[in-house]
Amino acid sequence: MTDPQQRPVAIPPGEEPQAALSTEIAAVHEGAAGRTARHALRDFPPYRSSVLRHPTHELVTVDPEEIELVSPAFGHVDVDPYESDLTIQHAGEPLGSRIVVEGRVVDGEGRPVAGQLLEVWQANASGRYAHKRDQHPAPLDPNFTGVGRTLTGPDGSYRFVTVKPGPYPWRNHRNAWRPAHIHFSLFGTAFVQRLVTQMYFPGDPLFALDPIYQSIPGQAARDRLVARYDHDLTVPEWALGYRWDIVLTGATATWREDEHGEH
Amino acid sequence: MSTEDTGHGGRPGFDTPAGAVAGQEHRTAAEALADEQPLEGLPNLAQTPSQTVGPFFGYALPFAGGAELVPAGRPDAVVLHGIVLDGAGDPVPDALLELWQPDAAGVLPHVAGSRRRSLGRFTGFGRTGTEADGEYAFTTLLPGAVGDGPRWALVTVFARGLSHHLFTRAYFVADGEPDPSDALLDRVGARSRTLLARQDGPGSYRFDVRLQGDGETVFLDYREAPAR
Repeated sequence: MTDPQQRPVAIPPGEEPQAALSTEIAAVHEGAAGRTARHALRDFPPYRSSVLRHPTHELVTVDPEEIELVSPAFGHVDVDPYESDLTIQHAGEPLGSRIVVEGRVVDGEGRPVAGQLLEVWQANASGRYAHKRDQHPAPLDPNFTGVGRTLTGPDGSYRFVTVKPGPYPWRNHRNAWRPAHIHFSLFGTAFVQRLVTQMYFPGDPLFALDPIYQSIPGQAARDRLVARYDHDLTVPEWALGYRWDIVLTGATATWREDEHGEH
Repeated sequence: MSTEDTGHGGRPGFDTPAGAVAGQEHRTAAEALADEQPLEGLPNLAQTPSQTVGPFFGYALPFAGGAELVPAGRPDAVVLHGIVLDGAGDPVPDALLELWQPDAAGVLPHVAGSRRRSLGRFTGFGRTGTEADGEYAFTTLLPGAVGDGPRWALVTVFARGLSHHLFTRAYFVADGEPDPSDALLDRVGARSRTLLARQDGPGSYRFDVRLQGDGETVFLDYREAPAR
């Protein structure tokens, strides 16, 4: 008689326990040790959706041409100033902890990225997106859509008023939860500085467990996605303040070129 | 997780409160002057890393008229269309594509109004999500050549599962035209066919994007260059 407990049982996709995922993450990070990555790894198997969606050929490195060295122009015809306040888009106040997120967008030399489009989107305070495909059984908030946009100021500064998004579950593996985050989309002065990323909140206990946050090898690089609580930005009797500065360099290289070789 | 709190430590000056905020109209003369100078002592700031666009951008990033850089009825309008496929050859129904290109004369627009197509301006920028069948379509102008080279548009691909967007170029090839040639196309050899947007009908050009596998699209990385 065979005891089923004695046989290795194939774990169906999506049902791997967190411990197995965390082991996978650690193995990739170990393999990346000593190399410089500026961005999240496209080939990062612990993030299951990446498996069939990353190129397997080496990217072809070129000198950027004229088109790639400028960006589209955006102006006040594109963005209403009120769109930077995500708490005033409906008749009532959204639920949750009101926050101010402020920072500056600069290039690699610290020069401001001025007058450029910055777009944000996020879940509500319960961890639910106002998106038809979000099936998380948490309440929608009729007073919160979670979409905002603004133009950076002459010094590269931006400011949003919103509520702190909630963490939410997803189906990457068993008991997978995303740390609370706000999605950011940015244009630099050159199109090759284009960036879509996520801003996180300090001290989140889910950081170590999340294969999206951990798709960036290197703690220092991951830290750059975490906003800083700034009591000077906190508005008395009204909202907590977070500061998050963003650096857009002219290059997009994930690894240094001489350190490739795995493909 | 205490290290998570210290991401911006040790960057003197970078956390200095900004003088002006977006949308604020009145600034002091000192602030205006400061705006024109690069910040001192801040060379080689580290890039903010990318993260995936995720599955829920659909109600945030696409906008009305995003795919129509020009109205479809315009006599010189062309359609750039195709399908986005993953490594299994399956359509990617939740990709986002951006198009950035010069006008028909090869001039790069510096014109606001992409999000207000009713103004009727050619801004050179378009954005659209793929449909449930992975297909996308832009209505635009045939990009003119910038300088002596062939005519092409920059295509940027974002998707759930893609941790960092991908850049590629769509080189437009009309019926009967010889295949274009430039430094990039020559370098990638047979793979250059993945960069060609070939005419497939009157005013219509087809450009498929294969993220992985057979016929994988050539994606680009860029050497450092100063921004303008």
